[in-house]
Amino acid sequence: MSSTPTWVQLIYLACAVCFILALKGLSSPKHARAGNLLGAVGAIVAVVTVFFAADINHLVPILIAIAVGTVIGVIGARKVLMTQMPQLVALFNGVGGLAAAVVALLELSDRVGHGGEPKFDLAMTAFTILVGTVSFAGSMLTFAKLQELMTSRPVLFPGLPVLFGLAIIGALALAVFVVTDPMVWIGIALGIVGLALGVLLVLPVGGADVPIVISLLNAFTGLTVAAGGYVLGNTVLLVGGTLVGASGTILTKLMAAAMGRSVVNIMFGALKGGSTLGAG
Amino acid sequence: MSEPMVWLTIFVLSIFVGIEVISKVSTTLHTPLMSGANAIHGIILVGAILVTGFAHNTGQLIFGLIAVVLASINMVGGFVVTDRMLQMFTRRKPRAKELTHE
Repeated sequence: MSSTPTWVQLIYLACAVCFILALKGLSSPKHARAGNLLGAVGAIVAVVTVFFAADINHLVPILIAIAVGTVIGVIGARKVLMTQMPQLVALFNGVGGLAAAVVALLELSDRVGHGGEPKFDLAMTAFTILVGTVSFAGSMLTFAKLQELMTSRPVLFPGLPVLFGLAIIGALALAVFVVTDPMVWIGIALGIVGLALGVLLVLPVGGADVPIVISLLNAFTGLTVAAGGYVLGNTVLLVGGTLVGASGTILTKLMAAAMGRSVVNIMFGALKGGSTLGAG
Repeated sequence: MSEPMVWLTIFVLSIFVGIEVISKVSTTLHTPLMSGANAIHGIILVGAILVTGFAHNTGQLIFGLIAVVLASINMVGGFVVTDRMLQMFTRRKPRAKELTHE
């Protein structure tokens, strides 16, 4: 956003550096806790800055909404049992993905009817809606599996690969429509297909492999945030999201390698006929 | 350099930084690192605040506020739960205590 003042851009740059150092710290046992704190500081500074950077209306409802989310987040994070932490991370990741999808839908609803929107912006908006909803639905399903609200065994039914393929084709078609003929209801339809895709993606994965899927969906959410940053013209979203997308992808590979498996095998192994627990 | 090119440059360089910066993570830190990275993408809260702050009608306002709540849960909850995970490490390694404020 060229209208963003220079001092704001400088603060966003400092926040982006905080995120890089946070990931660096989190990679070493000695500095992990300090790294996490630095990441939190960067995030809080970025959030405070945005209130001064732009003419934000509806200030009171927004502050109340932040307070509500903060209370829910803190209570969830403090009450959770140590053994339930992976599914809590999945929940947090899911709501983040849904938030990104809603932001993109609102941006789309703001842009329809004006005409002459840059096609690439619309493509990024479609990407955020689709991948954000995939991440949300997938994360909720991983939560259900780990919390044993449903069977943690791979769920397979005849026609699942066909349904999965159809959902992908449908999603791509709707994404093209968002770009060529932007309308809000097409964006919503794209989000609904995204929800179905997220469910179909995670159903065939066995319980023991679920943490790796959470890591993969985490990387997905990172990329949706990056795309959202491009659409909104916000550098801290672009850098923060991309960092998580890239490091999350590598982390997923490392986690799979630690189990002696490949990511493709974990995601699609059950579809090829073998059990996801025994393969590899 | 045109503006899309600037964005593309930032994007590509960030990918390499993101890969490079965590490439030496030890196996015990996989879950806290995932959780910390999860908290960082809670920065979508900034985007949620922006779209809600510019909402033109009640529908946009309501959905914007929902996004703000969800993103706050992601960001705040993410950092707090990561800290709790890492407390388990500091208890086993008291030397790391000097790094914390508590």
